Amino acid sequence: MNSVPLLSIMIWLPALGALAVLALPRENVAAQRSVSLGAALLALASAIGVAFLFDPARAGFQLVESIAWVPSWGISYTVSVDGVSLWLVLLTAFLTPVALVASWGTVERQERAFYALVLFLASGLFGVFTAQDMLLFYVSFEFTLIPTALLIGIWGGVERRYAAIKFFAYTFSGSVFLLLGIIGLYLLHGQATGVYTFDIATILASLQLGTLRLDIGTERLIFGLFFIGFAVKAPIWPFHTWMTTAHAEAPSSGVVDIIGLLVKIGAYGLIRYNVQLFPATAAWAAPAIGVLAVIGILYAAWIAYQQTDMKRLLAYASVSHLGLIVLGIFALNAQGIAGAVAHMVNSALTTGALFLVAGMLVARRGSRELKAFGGLWKATPWLGSLTLLLALGSIGLPGLNGFVSEFAVLQGSWRSPGLGWRYALPAVLGVALAAVYLLHMYRTTFMGDTPPELAQAPDVRPRELALLVVLAAPVVVFGLYPNLLFGPMQQSVTQIAQGMLPFLTSR
Amino acid sequence: MTEIIIPTIDWRVATQLSIIFGWASVLLVIALFVPRSRTRIVGYLAIAGAIVAAAAGIPLWGVNAETFSSMLRLDAYSLTLNWLFLAAAAITIVLSLDYLPRQGIERSEYYVLVLFATGGMMLLAQGADLIILFLGLELLSIVLYVLTGFAYPRNASEEAGMKYLLIGAFAGGFVVFGIALLYGATGSMNLRIIGETLAQQVLTLEERTYLLAGAALVVVGFGYKVAMAPFHMWAPDVYEGAPTPIAGLLSVGSKAAGFAALLRFLVEALAGEWQIWAPVLAALAIATLAVGNIGALTQHNVKRMLAYSSIGHAGYILFGVIAAGAPGGIAGQRGVEGVLLYLIAYTFTNLGAFGVLIALEHRGEAAWDMGDLAGLWNRRPWLAVAMAVCMLSLAGVPPTAGFWGKFYVFTAAWLAGMGWITVIGVVIASIAAFYYLRIIAQMFMAEPVREAPLPIDRALRVGLALATLGVLILGFIPTPAIDLVQRVGLGS
Repeated sequence: MNSVPLLSIMIWLPALGALAVLALPRENVAAQRSVSLGAALLALASAIGVAFLFDPARAGFQLVESIAWVPSWGISYTVSVDGVSLWLVLLTAFLTPVALVASWGTVERQERAFYALVLFLASGLFGVFTAQDMLLFYVSFEFTLIPTALLIGIWGGVERRYAAIKFFAYTFSGSVFLLLGIIGLYLLHGQATGVYTFDIATILASLQLGTLRLDIGTERLIFGLFFIGFAVKAPIWPFHTWMTTAHAEAPSSGVVDIIGLLVKIGAYGLIRYNVQLFPATAAWAAPAIGVLAVIGILYAAWIAYQQTDMKRLLAYASVSHLGLIVLGIFALNAQGIAGAVAHMVNSALTTGALFLVAGMLVARRGSRELKAFGGLWKATPWLGSLTLLLALGSIGLPGLNGFVSEFAVLQGSWRSPGLGWRYALPAVLGVALAAVYLLHMYRTTFMGDTPPELAQAPDVRPRELALLVVLAAPVVVFGLYPNLLFGPMQQSVTQIAQGMLPFLTSR
Repeated sequence: MTEIIIPTIDWRVATQLSIIFGWASVLLVIALFVPRSRTRIVGYLAIAGAIVAAAAGIPLWGVNAETFSSMLRLDAYSLTLNWLFLAAAAITIVLSLDYLPRQGIERSEYYVLVLFATGGMMLLAQGADLIILFLGLELLSIVLYVLTGFAYPRNASEEAGMKYLLIGAFAGGFVVFGIALLYGATGSMNLRIIGETLAQQVLTLEERTYLLAGAALVVVGFGYKVAMAPFHMWAPDVYEGAPTPIAGLLSVGSKAAGFAALLRFLVEALAGEWQIWAPVLAALAIATLAVGNIGALTQHNVKRMLAYSSIGHAGYILFGVIAAGAPGGIAGQRGVEGVLLYLIAYTFTNLGAFGVLIALEHRGEAAWDMGDLAGLWNRRPWLAVAMAVCMLSLAGVPPTAGFWGKFYVFTAAWLAGMGWITVIGVVIASIAAFYYLRIIAQMFMAEPVREAPLPIDRALRVGLALATLGVLILGFIPTPAIDLVQRVGLGS
């Protein structure tokens, strides 16, 4: 037990920052910006502190902080990190200040509320990734919905209300099943062991020791309830339509996409709950879920190629990436899961950066149609080269970050007894399609003839340059030194994979 | 000649009731001497009475006693409910202080009637005998008929009062006939004695049939009071017509009182027949959920939408009632707790929502259309935030009070072996989220179409702040409320 509750500081700082921002006068935008960015940077500093305190040689939950919340129900405020959540915590901490800076100058009205909502969202995300108590997880999970829906609905595009309601309705419908699954698991655990608790570590231990035995039907039912919640949230094909609408209608600057939609809560939930708690059922369901994942990869990649709207194209790209992540998770071996976690980080970085680029392009041209662009390379060489780097990272060019995680996922799924080459080969095709649609987008915007409206387009401004460089740095670093990415999560992932082993070999 | 013995009366049991009824009677006299222009003073005095009655309950915690020949009971269950009713009454009066003069219907009797209604609710919570329950039901109803028609300049209000009276009288008839059958079957009107008779299994088949028929009639009567399907038809019209604060009181206080009595009746008198009534009530709960929530989906009038939503919530509370009767162990206890927690959460939330509607109402003009909420965020941000918090709580989104209520009743129903109704319950909850969300979208994401509403009176602001903060505090720190309801068992 560490003396400074670093995780809690990290979780609550953004929320306190949000309240502080709301207390500032409406006109004083400069102060609102510095307070919100300050809170986000302090949270980032705490997250980095957490990363240093984290011991990569140990599996399981670390830096546990626990306070009873509703003791009579066994609900506690327990937060901790393991190798899987550490990276997602760092990702959130990293993207929050990026999103705040990216919003400067692009939010025309009600800046104060915008900054506050981004900070509230960050707190919710930290809560999701650090919660070790199922009910705390659920509360944080739901809490992220409200700011995201408001961010899309207040500052979004023409169809913003529709998109916000769709986003909320889909995710909320999924998550009520999640709540039911949580209640069910809690009661079954309590009835079997006499210990009523929502603590994941305790329930996991009971399941592994056999003090809690679920019969096969019940286990599949609970697995299914969790799966519906996370599949809709992730989103796995065919539940993805809210996601593309939300991306399309989110503010064109790309701010909400990067912090609200690209941080993969659903996929994280699949690893933490479905795979870790119910290995037998996960192994049973893996082939079917793998099919959904592969369809998602190919279908979304194909639709992305058909898009004429920049943000829609990126939205489908993100759905396609998600398919790959889910495939990696349900490979159910260490490579696959590690690759999936790494890909969550990588695709959030590269796709997020491309969303910001799209926002910058829209700001210069006033349109999101690919046809409206062309030959930007001549006017904006810096923007062009940075975009190329990010696009190549997203495509999976060896030496950049996308490659290492995609490779791990594909290797994992190929070697997985449940999936095998039948799944890996079409996934490879999907990865190839990624090159097609992203290069298509790049070609139509940066190559060819320059339309007269864009001849005088300004190159990257210092703020934009800083944003893109900050996002591009990990793209290169993770590509060249993948062990930085994989090292800290190795023990935790191996432990999850080992829990799977008895159920995979018995097939 | 036999000596007449007056049994000793345990005044502790009747303390709060005496304060409320006594103070209400005194206020009627005081009101005569208060000039028309200062009627508000009577409102403040009524609030003071509610606060005193609530404070008088504090030393009574832990008392478990009966008096008046075991007709009136005080236990932690009824004490908790009494506090809830007093809080609801106080908030209702606070919300009315500004509303009544604005609508031109301010009369001091209004505040007194609210106190009488509160007394009726307390009788329903404390009644241990069918006669007392009937008395409470009628007292509450008659006062509410008057209050519903209080906005007499509006025809809708008068119509609502009339409608409520007709339906209510009808429901009262059911209860009386049911009580007669129960008495015929068991020879007693005391809930506990009926329960004991049933447990001894000495009833003949014929008597048992009478008992069940009587019980069914009583449930129907209370079903009207709590607006559960298929006895809900009156609710939307009455809510729409009634003065808005009274609609709020109807939706929380009167419903909570109906459930308080229903739960005690089913659990104390009829626990032995759980196997029979649980499936019936489960089917009614599902029907209530479906009717309420699907009805709410189609509404454009926010007041009617809240009426349908309040029907829907009766369905969730029924989950708790069903679990409360489950034989043996933890499920029953969790059910009682779930009902109480749900009622606490729902009371604050719904009063807040009605408070926002009150703030939007101009004199003689209804502002209940969905369109009137458009862009409220730009015009009155705090009002929009308060409404949003209430809507999220009604939808059961954490971290609000409504979430814990839903969580509790779902868990209780699952424990009672009724997992299947919780599945239907969550499916309907996800549909319900849609119409609550539509209001939020309307407030935050649409452009304003109306001019800024009137400045909000301070009393109204206090009432709204109390309700909204209550929702949020219960949402973040539910522990005190959960601890409170966990100390409550029926008859303990």
